[in-house]
Amino acid sequence: MQSSKQLKPPVTETYDSLLAPGQSLNSVTTKISDLILFPVLKTPVGWIVGFVAAGLLLMLYLYSLAALFTYGIGIWGINIPVAWGFDIINFVWWIGIGHAGTLISAILLLFRQDWRTSINRAAEAMTIFAVACAGIYPLIHTGRPWLDYWFLPYPSTLGMWPQFRSPLEWDVFAISTYATVSVLFWFVGLVPDLATLRDRSTSPIAKKLYGLFALGWRGAAKHWQRYEVASLLLAGLSTPLVLSVHSIISFDFAVAQLPGWHVTVFPPYFVAGAVYCGFAMVIVLMIPIRKWFGLEGLITMKHFDVMSKVMLASGMIVTYGYFGEIFYAWYSSSIYEYYLIVNRFTGPYAWSYWALILFNVLIPQALWSKKLRQNLPVLFFVSIAINIGMWFERWVIIVMSLHRDFLPSSWAAYTPTFYDWSTFIGSFGLFFVLFLLFIRFIPMIAIFEVRDLVHKTTAHPAKHEESNHTGA
Amino acid sequence: MSKALSKTATQSPGTYGIMAEFADSSALIHAASHIRDAGYTKVEAFTPIPVHGLDEAIGHKASRLPWLVLAGGLTGSIGLFGFMTWVNLVDYPMNIGGRPHFSWPAFVPITFEGMVLFSAFAAVFGLFLICGFPSHYHPVFNAPGFERASTDGFFLCIESSDPLYDAAKAKSTLIGLGAHAVNEFSE
Repeated sequence: MQSSKQLKPPVTETYDSLLAPGQSLNSVTTKISDLILFPVLKTPVGWIVGFVAAGLLLMLYLYSLAALFTYGIGIWGINIPVAWGFDIINFVWWIGIGHAGTLISAILLLFRQDWRTSINRAAEAMTIFAVACAGIYPLIHTGRPWLDYWFLPYPSTLGMWPQFRSPLEWDVFAISTYATVSVLFWFVGLVPDLATLRDRSTSPIAKKLYGLFALGWRGAAKHWQRYEVASLLLAGLSTPLVLSVHSIISFDFAVAQLPGWHVTVFPPYFVAGAVYCGFAMVIVLMIPIRKWFGLEGLITMKHFDVMSKVMLASGMIVTYGYFGEIFYAWYSSSIYEYYLIVNRFTGPYAWSYWALILFNVLIPQALWSKKLRQNLPVLFFVSIAINIGMWFERWVIIVMSLHRDFLPSSWAAYTPTFYDWSTFIGSFGLFFVLFLLFIRFIPMIAIFEVRDLVHKTTAHPAKHEESNHTGA
Repeated sequence: MSKALSKTATQSPGTYGIMAEFADSSALIHAASHIRDAGYTKVEAFTPIPVHGLDEAIGHKASRLPWLVLAGGLTGSIGLFGFMTWVNLVDYPMNIGGRPHFSWPAFVPITFEGMVLFSAFAAVFGLFLICGFPSHYHPVFNAPGFERASTDGFFLCIESSDPLYDAAKAKSTLIGLGAHAVNEFSE
């Protein structure tokens, strides 16, 4: 406990390195585990206030779901032809946020990018909680959610099977697999850290609980070897998985024949959008966490710089997609596609299209400037803007395509109701309750991976520099 | 006979082995390869980070885990593809616009997801199986100072079941290799 005070790194920003100088295996372990290893009754007031606020939002969510289960989906603003509204917008938005966590934990592991180390645990937690928020929407949007087991192939007395040729059924498999694999990957990553907490905690209850989930991890060389093989294989499996999940979600639209949906570019365009929005959410969460918990020595300005660049790159792909849509409308000579674009520019929901362009295309251009990338308030603002912009993107795709069908006689408008909003805002309650529990009881930075980074940079600094250069 | 006697004489009852702590990973790798060359076979190292080259230094073989994962992936993909084919051809054939029952491209996404799901199960539960988890008690936890193995301690253990085990000799060898704390510990 005394050593933790001495070793606390000074609040000076590090710009060119992934770790503040002067860290040791012991200092990083102490720093991260001391963030959670203190009595429950000494939980900081700020955490409790946040938890109560998130809990109230969760109550709003549960109330909205109770109302939905009681009265049915008529309490939402959806109609025919706009049969998908906030439910599917929010579903796609939340699951897109989740993808950044898998990208950081899996793809960057395969590419051996050391900068993932300090942020991957929190990003993976964000993935799991975002997938939980996302997964609830398709379950509740069916109207009779108590019959959702009909999605699954089971030998029913009706003698029926699900339609395996439908993208909606592909979704069932994609999302359930994604949720399961994300949880497994996360838990495997946690095991050595839970062992650290077991060995360091002084409270007998905490020792028992962490020990229970540490499964008896003791850092044996044989176990580490197997562990690394398993991590690499899981990363190799998660990488195509994350790409497949959002591709399959885009098939929900692309396989349909509606103007604005029936586009072959949707899978990569959706994946890039998911990465864009997900990285923005990681930044939105990490800026305050880093400040509150004094993690400046572990999450440095270089992390934010790299994440901003990923965001800028994926944002430019998304922007290219927006121009692509305009181009197809002109090049296809289809009056329906052409009308769709005119309707986006000047129709009743044109404000949402221009909001999308503002939030997703114009504001993020600030990230070209290194000075603005390194300015945390600006970065926070841009990231929030991207999250809003990506929400508008799903609104534009779903509502604007549905409300103008092929026949003018079937045109309609869509207005979200109170319950649409309360279900959306309430889902943040679920997310933040889970996230706050996570940062209170589970190490929010992968301790053993940071130790590994410290070990690599201190034991073989020359070799590490070299591998960094070849990697870049 | 005399060898067996000397062994029981030097080994206190219920001893699991001898645990040596080293300053860092390179000292540990150096010591582990010497111990292996000396002929010890029941040796294991414990480290707070994965140390590359340590398993070769001790003499651990490569893992069979990838084969388990391959088996899992094949089970998931072949199983689900076969299942969808059976449903659409045999159990519940549906004529949709005259399209073929065996429309295999439409089965690809679920086949892929099944492959990933079963491979991931094989990777995680295979890892636990191979490591013998959960095993909440293990004698090495009795070694003095072993809790540092999950922070910054690099340990090497020679088990008393090793045919060459001789506590005094092992202790002097380990100290000669640079260990700064060597302790026998019980089961």
